Amino acid sequence: MKVHVGQADEIRAEGHIVVAIGEKEVGLFAVGDGIVGWMNICPHQGGPVCQGRLFRRVVEPLDAERRSFGRQFDETDRHIVCPWHGLEFDLRTGRNAANGELRLRGVPVTVEGEDVYVEV
Amino acid sequence: MTEQRITRPLEKITVRTDTRDILAHAKRDAVRRKFDDWLIFDMDSHHQESVSWNEIVQFIEDPVVREQAMNYHNERVGAPPYGLNANFGMRYQDVGGRILHQADRREDVSGETVHRDVVLARRAMEAMSVDYTILFPVSMLLLGTHPQAHMEVQLGDAYNRWLTEYLIPQDSRLKTLIYLPFNSPDAAYRTAEKFADKPGVIGFCVTSIRHAGVHENAYMPLYRLIEETGKPIAFHAAYHWTDPSLKTIPTFLGMHSLSFVWCNMVHMTNWILQGIPERFPALKSIWVESGLAWIPFLMQRLDDQYMMRQSEAPLLKRMPSDYMRENCWYSSQPMERGNLEALELTMKMINAETQLLYSSDWPHFDFDTPGSIFNLPFVSEQAKRNILGLNAARLFGLPETRPEP
Ligand code: FES
Repeated sequence: MKVHVGQADEIRAEGHIVVAIGEKEVGLFAVGDGIVGWMNICPHQGGPVCQGRLFRRVVEPLDAERRSFGRQFDETDRHIVCPWHGLEFDLRTGRNAANGELRLRGVPVTVEGEDVYVEV
Repeated sequence: MTEQRITRPLEKITVRTDTRDILAHAKRDAVRRKFDDWLIFDMDSHHQESVSWNEIVQFIEDPVVREQAMNYHNERVGAPPYGLNANFGMRYQDVGGRILHQADRREDVSGETVHRDVVLARRAMEAMSVDYTILFPVSMLLLGTHPQAHMEVQLGDAYNRWLTEYLIPQDSRLKTLIYLPFNSPDAAYRTAEKFADKPGVIGFCVTSIRHAGVHENAYMPLYRLIEETGKPIAFHAAYHWTDPSLKTIPTFLGMHSLSFVWCNMVHMTNWILQGIPERFPALKSIWVESGLAWIPFLMQRLDDQYMMRQSEAPLLKRMPSDYMRENCWYSSQPMERGNLEALELTMKMINAETQLLYSSDWPHFDFDTPGSIFNLPFVSEQAKRNILGLNAARLFGLPETRPEP
């Protein structure tokens, strides 16, 4: 069932929104030029993952001698962080940053003009 | 086909979000699982006592310390709580703003008729369908390393009085384990004597971050007294980054992973090898907030070594693991579940059906909901009911039915 959930410009301005459609809850995220949707249920312990905050991925570059000089932000990859215990999920792939086998459940999204719909 | 269904925006979670909204999914799960029909006892949840420190210091018995503390709180703005030795600038539990219920909790409690801590505890209990909870402090978990033993006595006593005379009488479902100023054995004895029969007191607590041998002779009168009360003694773990053994660890992640377990491993080793369960067979001990994975390790390690060096532990009549399984109880959180086979074996080794007590540790970053136990595929329904509530009811002598709302 295709359900209207919001306006693309609103999602871009907010970074992400979360909506409940009856019993189901969906997070919609502005990623690049598009909108992606993830179910608001964390594969860890069922927390409201999409109601968390967005963070840039943290990386730790090494030099040629394999020495570390601390952590940095990756400016391209962003994570939604589940507010219950902090598990981080890549916005594009839905994969957990620590254990890629743990993934968010995707929701098909279509954008028509500025109208955003999800299939639930 | 497009449907005009009613959609409802859901708020992002901030430090101002109501506990019941943060835990809305736990509530939904509780309804689905029909937890209304289950007794759920949360062995370990926390309230941030340092927020109420200006109230607590009014209960300090020593008139000089009390006056200093009250002047301090009246005259300094933004100062950390008087006399507490916790490291207030190194609270990294929220992972840099990622887990906001452990950053600050500024939710609205206006219009409520009870203390903020009672409101927050009730909201979490409602969400997780918890019937009883034991409230533990947070910053005081480090009081055992206070350089002034006198201050542990004074602040511990003030907290015990504030809690038993003022806070927990506001809701009979809130319980406490009395803080023992363990670095002063005589004062710990007097504390146990003074508070043992107060309403809401269902046991005694030693905070595990301290360098005191739990087997020292000075503690024997205390253990005798506690054994006679029939109430358990709990060792509540915490972290201690300035412990020299953890000094090389550069992250909160690494330090916290070890520290919360290490302190209880040391105390448990002394507790068992020095024969405390043989000396006080009816004394019940609970090991709180170290998770479960350390227990099978320590059982095996102590059993193997004991066989080779029995002459160093002549008080024992059974294997160390037997005492750990029969005389000790364990709180469940943070329950390691990356390997369910290992967890299943752990539960078997500790006899979880009778010895394991569900704990949430709410509102801390590694909290577990009751679902952490309910979802285990290898545990029978009766065992789940035991772990979630009935074991605790039996251990603490509380009714095995849910309290009236
Ligand atoms: S439930 Fe999402 S991090 Fe645990």
